[in-house]
Amino acid sequence: MHKLASLLFAMGLAALLIGLATQLPLGMTPMGVGQAILERAPGETGSANIVTSVVLAYRGIDTLGELAILFAAATVAGLVLAPSIHAESQARTKPRDDAGLVLRAGSDLLFPLLLAVGFYIVLHGHLTPGGGFQGGVVLAAAFFVSFLARPARQPSHVGVVLIEALAGAAFIGIGLAALLGGGAFLQPLLDQGTLGQLVSAGSLPLLYLAVGLKVGAELSGLLAHLAE
Amino acid sequence: MMAWIALVLVALMLGAAVLVLLFDNLIAAIAAASVVSLLLSLLFALLAAPDVALTEAAVGAGLSGAVLAMGLRRLGLINLGKQEEPDA
Repeated sequence: MHKLASLLFAMGLAALLIGLATQLPLGMTPMGVGQAILERAPGETGSANIVTSVVLAYRGIDTLGELAILFAAATVAGLVLAPSIHAESQARTKPRDDAGLVLRAGSDLLFPLLLAVGFYIVLHGHLTPGGGFQGGVVLAAAFFVSFLARPARQPSHVGVVLIEALAGAAFIGIGLAALLGGGAFLQPLLDQGTLGQLVSAGSLPLLYLAVGLKVGAELSGLLAHLAE
Repeated sequence: MMAWIALVLVALMLGAAVLVLLFDNLIAAIAAASVVSLLLSLLFALLAAPDVALTEAAVGAGLSGAVLAMGLRRLGLINLGKQEEPDA
């Protein structure tokens, strides 16, 4: 019965959205900000990927808020779904076996590949689609796959928390450095370089590296915590 | 041509979304929810939004499925290691 109710709810929501969408003028932007950013972003930030220049340069504080929300969500999920003391004592007495051969061999093959793809997406965030958030999730997936294959050999909690804290501090530190240099908080620093080069766009790749490490450490910590 | 591909994707997404509600097996429902996200990421890629497509594929199709499965197991609603326990 409640499945039917949720289906009806979803259909009502869809009807509402379709009704709203038909009222909007198709292909007309309600704001002029997008066009202005498209024209000015490559020259102002030196980032070939305009989405990155918006996420990190024009809306850097929003990204900091996003990181804070993710941190709060991961913390609360870990807190609510923490293993009970009873389950923990049970797990300690029972030795943890490795997963089967297929999963172990697959994870050995996938782990370096996922790591390479994750760091590629993070470090090329200012050139190609992607960036810290997407690459960080791929990095977390790499560690989660190896954790699933070998539950006994889990990453150290202290290391994960340390990476996360240092990356978060680095993001805010770069923002404060811009503030001390006389600019606005999180204003892009350093030389912009040539558009499209790996080393370009000033401090944006550094910010995305911090975001990627923070997201990766946070999510792999959360997944390992849930899987324990 | 593109409109037809988009139409097929949307139809498949709707089908997978209805399956999420209909499946009694929670693992199957999580898999169907991941299929919705995967098709949505294809749709984003088709709409020339590769950044959003990448996020949707990584978070929606990959991570959220794992988080849902782990959360449901932690709440005792599913048992991932059922077959192995008699041996242990």
